[in-house]
Amino acid sequence: MTTPQVGDRARIALVLVSHSARLAQGVAELAAQMAPGVLLLPAGGTDDGSLGTSYDVVSAAVEEGLVGTDGVVVLADLGSAVMTIESVIELDDSLDGRVVLADAPFVEGAVAAAVTAHGGGSLAEVLASAEAAGGTFAQSAGAPGGGGEFVPAPGPADQLAGAAGIEDDSPGAPRAVTLRNPLGLHARPAAILARLVAGYDAKVTVNGVNAASVLELMKLGATGGRELVVAAEGPQADEARDAAVAAVEEGFGEV
Amino acid sequence: MTLDVAWAVRWMRDTAEMVVSSRDELTELDRQIGDGDHGENLNRGFQAVVAKLDGLEQQPAQIGDVLKLVATTLMSSVGGASGPLYGTAFLRAAKVTGLAELDSSAVVALLEGALEGITARGKAVPGEKTMVDAWQPAVDAAVAAADAGASPEGVLEAALAAAEEGARATIPMLATKGRASYLGERSIGHQDPGATSTVVVLRAAVAAATAPGE
Repeated sequence: MTTPQVGDRARIALVLVSHSARLAQGVAELAAQMAPGVLLLPAGGTDDGSLGTSYDVVSAAVEEGLVGTDGVVVLADLGSAVMTIESVIELDDSLDGRVVLADAPFVEGAVAAAVTAHGGGSLAEVLASAEAAGGTFAQSAGAPGGGGEFVPAPGPADQLAGAAGIEDDSPGAPRAVTLRNPLGLHARPAAILARLVAGYDAKVTVNGVNAASVLELMKLGATGGRELVVAAEGPQADEARDAAVAAVEEGFGEV
Repeated sequence: MTLDVAWAVRWMRDTAEMVVSSRDELTELDRQIGDGDHGENLNRGFQAVVAKLDGLEQQPAQIGDVLKLVATTLMSSVGGASGPLYGTAFLRAAKVTGLAELDSSAVVALLEGALEGITARGKAVPGEKTMVDAWQPAVDAAVAAADAGASPEGVLEAALAAAEEGARATIPMLATKGRASYLGERSIGHQDPGATSTVVVLRAAVAAATAPGE
């Protein structure tokens, strides 16, 4: 009898659902490198290999993942991949409780889940691991998750929000300001803000994300009436912060 | 005309034909604010539905049986987001139409089931520039028409008229759900492809109810 490898303890398989067969395959390779021995099943592309997701491809991968395991954790990329796996789970009652979809970014979630599965994690543990990777991702990228409603990630934004109540006169210290635009911090105001702060010798953050990044600002999903916390560091910290606060207060010229 | 199993089958065949004739329009709309595959995806899906219907040994006993077959076929064959969305719509509609024939309130239940499936799967609410912006007014109008004593066909006609208006109303909307939401403000000024295909599906339902089949 040979000594079991660490990966042999894996009880949970992963199914990776993507619009692209190559993307799913690539993520499987990446995760496999860090978690050898875990059953990683790419389910990307349509039946004929073009871009899209296929009910049949996904459901076959799920069936395969359930053979000899305790369950399957599914990672999915864009909207219809999520909807396809949800449909597979809805149509087949026998999958209830054995197949779960992680609310997690595709790459980070897959890698984190694979590593936990490799260590012998249960279905709940592997799922939690994938979803915790989502939390890390949200903090670093400012993503609020799929709902569109801004949910502050615990961490920098909360600390800043807490600090905002205190009068702090140090350069660039956090200031709270209410977003007046009814449509929220959508593309146009986000672009105005990003361009504005880029003109200062300072690093400005809004709710903990880089205010010079249009994408990060948009990902905040900040809706009208939301409180934003603006802070800055660097030689022009005060000027940059005040300019950003003023721009928000003015509704970016659209209210 | 009775809304029976033969109607449900005609509805799907008519949808397939109408998707063919509106394929270019749907694809063009989707090219402007999506990934340009909506017309082609739906066409593939409904052609697969027609093939399934052609292959049936005998006509299903209940309308729900027809819709369930449509649901699973669309999910397997469409490829894009509209597969699981329309698939779940027909699946939920099938659950409330285990009937041989629909009266006005059963037509309302069918449409409500479809809307419920779409919102459960897509998590969209009205105003986000999605197919929900056609389905929600369609259901509201169907409820009102049934309450006012409309015939089953009349309920479908009311739903269609409201869906058409709802689809047009997506033009000035800012997309906040689905692929178009990545475009932000550039999504404004274009009619949503999913809301447009909803109109096609409901137009086929009316056509199948008001014109005799072969």
